[in-house]
Amino acid sequence: MKFTLSWLKDHLETTATVPEIVAAMTMAGLEVEHVIDPATKLAPFTVCKIVEAARHPNADRLQVCQVDTVDGRKEIVCGAPNARPGLTTIYAPIGAYVPGLDVTLVEKPVRGVVSNGMLCSAAELEYASESDGIMELEGSLAVGTPAVDALGLEAVIDFEVTPNRPDWLGVAGIARDLAAAGVGTLKDLSIAPIAGTYPSPISVTVDGEACPAFAGRYIRGVKNGPSPKWLQDRLTAIGLRPINALVDVTNLISYDRARPLHVYDAHKLSGTQISTRLGRHGEHGDEHLIALDGKTYELTPEMCVIADANGERPIGLGGVMGGESTGCSEDTVDVFVESAWFEPIRIAQTGRTTGIASDAQYRFARTVDTGSLVPGIELATKLILELCGGEPSEVVYVGEVPAAPKGFAFDPDYVGQLSGLAVTPEKTHQILAALGFDVVLGSPWTVTPPTFRRDVEGKADLVEEVARIAGYGALPSTPLPEVPRAVGGILTAKQARARAARRALAAAGYAEAVTFSFTNRKTASLFGGGQDVLVLANPIASELDCMRPSLLPNLIEAAGRNARQGFADAALFEIGPTFHGDKPADQRTVVSAILAPKAPRGWDKAAQGDVFTVKADLLALLEELGAPVASLQTAQGSASSWWHPGRSARLQLGPKAVMAEFGEIHPAVLKALDVAGPVFGFEITLEAIPEPKKKSIKTKPAFSPSALMPLTRDFAFLVEKAKAAGDLVKAAAGADKALITAARVFDVYEGPGVPDGFKSVAIEVVVQPREATLTDAEIEALSAKVVAAAEKAGGKLRS
Amino acid sequence: MTDLNTLEADVLAQVAAASDLQALDAVRVAAVGKTGSISGLLKTLGAMSPEERKTQGAAINALRDKVQDAITQKKAALEAAELDARLASETLDLSLPAPYRRKGSVHPTMQTMDEVVAIFAEMGFAVAEGPDIEDDFHNFTALNFPEKHPAREMHDTFFFNPKEDGERMLLRTHTSPVQVRTMVSQKPPIRIIAPGRTYRCDNDATHTPVFHQVEGLVIDKGIHMGHLKWTLETFLARFFETDAVTTQFRPHHFPFTEPSAEMDVQCDRSGGEIKIGQGTSWLEILGCGMVHPNVLRACGIDPDEYQGFAFGMGVDRLGMLKYGMPDLRDMWSSDVRWLSHYGFSAFAAPNPASGLS
Repeated sequence: MKFTLSWLKDHLETTATVPEIVAAMTMAGLEVEHVIDPATKLAPFTVCKIVEAARHPNADRLQVCQVDTVDGRKEIVCGAPNARPGLTTIYAPIGAYVPGLDVTLVEKPVRGVVSNGMLCSAAELEYASESDGIMELEGSLAVGTPAVDALGLEAVIDFEVTPNRPDWLGVAGIARDLAAAGVGTLKDLSIAPIAGTYPSPISVTVDGEACPAFAGRYIRGVKNGPSPKWLQDRLTAIGLRPINALVDVTNLISYDRARPLHVYDAHKLSGTQISTRLGRHGEHGDEHLIALDGKTYELTPEMCVIADANGERPIGLGGVMGGESTGCSEDTVDVFVESAWFEPIRIAQTGRTTGIASDAQYRFARTVDTGSLVPGIELATKLILELCGGEPSEVVYVGEVPAAPKGFAFDPDYVGQLSGLAVTPEKTHQILAALGFDVVLGSPWTVTPPTFRRDVEGKADLVEEVARIAGYGALPSTPLPEVPRAVGGILTAKQARARAARRALAAAGYAEAVTFSFTNRKTASLFGGGQDVLVLANPIASELDCMRPSLLPNLIEAAGRNARQGFADAALFEIGPTFHGDKPADQRTVVSAILAPKAPRGWDKAAQGDVFTVKADLLALLEELGAPVASLQTAQGSASSWWHPGRSARLQLGPKAVMAEFGEIHPAVLKALDVAGPVFGFEITLEAIPEPKKKSIKTKPAFSPSALMPLTRDFAFLVEKAKAAGDLVKAAAGADKALITAARVFDVYEGPGVPDGFKSVAIEVVVQPREATLTDAEIEALSAKVVAAAEKAGGKLRS
Repeated sequence: MTDLNTLEADVLAQVAAASDLQALDAVRVAAVGKTGSISGLLKTLGAMSPEERKTQGAAINALRDKVQDAITQKKAALEAAELDARLASETLDLSLPAPYRRKGSVHPTMQTMDEVVAIFAEMGFAVAEGPDIEDDFHNFTALNFPEKHPAREMHDTFFFNPKEDGERMLLRTHTSPVQVRTMVSQKPPIRIIAPGRTYRCDNDATHTPVFHQVEGLVIDKGIHMGHLKWTLETFLARFFETDAVTTQFRPHHFPFTEPSAEMDVQCDRSGGEIKIGQGTSWLEILGCGMVHPNVLRACGIDPDEYQGFAFGMGVDRLGMLKYGMPDLRDMWSSDVRWLSHYGFSAFAAPNPASGLS
């Protein structure tokens, strides 16, 4: 919403400057976006007078002018046909930036004659969009008068109107708030009715659904034409294009009172009745309207149509845009003025459907004052009679606007209770009254909002009104009451684990990435996602059209992007949501890491890292997160399809309690993502880690080391190549749970001495005697138990 | 006696001449071994008279001790020389690099998130969460957005396709739905923050379609805007690690708060970077207000008994302001150079004892 200081002063008696107005607006809740000040833009331009104009010696169309300027007499070359002696126009000195041409003037000869400046057109000053020749100003203007003053230009304030305040879409509404805030005195906004001298020859019917209320008036014998300069200036200052007096009046009232109007050329109406109804599905599709913008729109049954010819011919899209067929022109003699009220939701939808964002549509969609129908007509009548003459009919008023807001109880002490501000009841009363509220004092008060403040529905709304006008600057800073702190911290187990995982992985050498929650549907389906319910209806881009089922694709693609920039070695992780359905429980918090080992070559030939690197990092992390690592099964071959089938596994407590997957990413998946392998990774679902047991006592079990030396025994077993070494280790370790504390693989061998299809797995078993040193016989017996257990697991002692 | 003197000189010369431990041992065996020359002399004592034995015995024993001492000393010297030689041969070029180790880091947005949580934890706030995929009720209706109101359109909402019953799920446009979920599921007093991902269909230099917000909610008896102001001022001073901040509340409109405000913080922009806590400029930092009675009612809380405040701020932007990341989009790029440049150490977890950063 734009307005100028002089326009504001029509309604507000004030001496405030533009910066003072802007500051007051900001503190009253009118967020000023910017102030456009033409004085800055047009600073170098001043009024000048042409003294002589002679034809250019070398060019027929150019003249060499002698001009009286602020800088003295200057010789200026000018191509405008209207340059003539005695003309008062605008002078631009050398060095001036001409906004309409986007050039800075330099001293250079024009066809052999040096031009010491420039005479300007309205377009060159951006005063008009097009112009014919240089400006022609009043001869009374003194040479040297700044162009802004000569043209009557002033600063334009542009501010954001929040959707709750449609009354700010009129300058009068702004003035009311500023007056309440103490910036000046509000002038009388009331509009005197003008008596009609005859009944309107046009009648109106409303269909309450399409258009609840409609006020109209016939004015005959008007003389349309360009509106006067003051009106044109007012409109151009805020970026509107003057059209003709009748149309300009409606635009003026739209911006002055937030009251959109429409004027029909009565001679172009068919019949004597205007009716409002919903759009119709005809036999050949929807009705059509050629609107004032020259475009054709389909009128659906959701839209409000204004029609004549017994309701048959659409002549307007109610509250949005009038029709071309009944628009006013310079020849218009009799008019019918419309001041109606339309349902905001219907108008908002019509705007969306048609793509029309007119000033009327914008205002009706945000709710126009229900009390403004007749005052709007009266103000329009007054201005039309002033500018175009004519004779008004009586006002036609049909239908019913929504009831005025009801009064409600209000205790002025509530201002302090909710805002913390100290505002006296007298001040509260004064502010509410200044904003147009009706206050009946009592215990409690009864406050009734005006019809243009339907956003105020209850006592909290009134507190906001009082607080913002009294000023948020006086808000106290009151410490929150102390509350007992949660014992054991405020984070849930999952939150604490996410936090610990972040620190642990960063310490392990992984860099944390934060990636979008999206991927594309094709990629999502590679990672078990892409369900219909997770595809966005309005994605920002086609490659971001689906919620991610895993963090891996984004991390892998990030590794690919880094590699293409020359940084192929990547160890990345992310902790964030993955999506498996559209219910809250379908969202999981996942910790994922990837390793694309492409470290620089080293003299020590150290290993780059492989699937066992990520396994080690994964297990260390799970341990850190308090997962029951010792009870985890490594289920190889059962991990999801995006992993290398022979180099991936699940870590699980059981088939239905899968905590993590890890391995090498499937080469086909990497190919689809256009990333060079190998890439290793893991993904932990935090929800799958059992909640730690809550212990009331934090003491740990007593430390009781054995006094006896542990001893080790080595075994080598032959097993089928496909058998998991882990099963053999588990069997050996479980052979005697009392004595065996660990079993570790220290060699895996295939080759000469081992039959085809088999491998030799060498295991070191650690034995911890409990009560007494073991005898040779006891050790023998234990060894036999280990061998027997291994045999059960498919291992044969190597002889 | 002459014999003993000669023997002594002879053996000591041999000890001195021994060039390595093996040679020295040969000398030792030849002199004091079982059949050594000095051991042999001791065996002759038995055949001597007591007088003779007394003098000779003392002399021979003295000789033996002297030789033993010499051998021990020589042995130590030889061993030391041998160790020196070995160590010299074991020299490594320690200017060679140690094995390559990747350096991990914490993302600045997540570091910022941890800082925010740490500060509010001290003020007694718990951390609440909610789903990213929301329904219309939690994201709009319960938050007092009227049906089809222009305020809804201003949210640039991402939608999923409508279901058969016409319901259309969406990506939450703010963390405020967590307010609703919290108030519906727990009774006042409530004091929570809700950090998380939020989504708007918007992508330019200052907007990414996904961003992080942290919501705050305090519901109790007698909570007013002054408490809101203190809470936010205290938070900002702690977050920007400055003694005090000056803030300005400007009236604004949010459907879910009444009164509503935007808060600016005083800052200095003169040096090309933004310094909070000094200067004469204002920086808009968050939106806030008193929870709208309609929202309390929608969540089953009596607005005549309880009242409170809510606020919401952009975490990515807070991080940018504090740590000077110039471009929001870079934060989502996963560029390893950027992560390493702006990332934080694993051990920089913010806490009240060691500070925030």
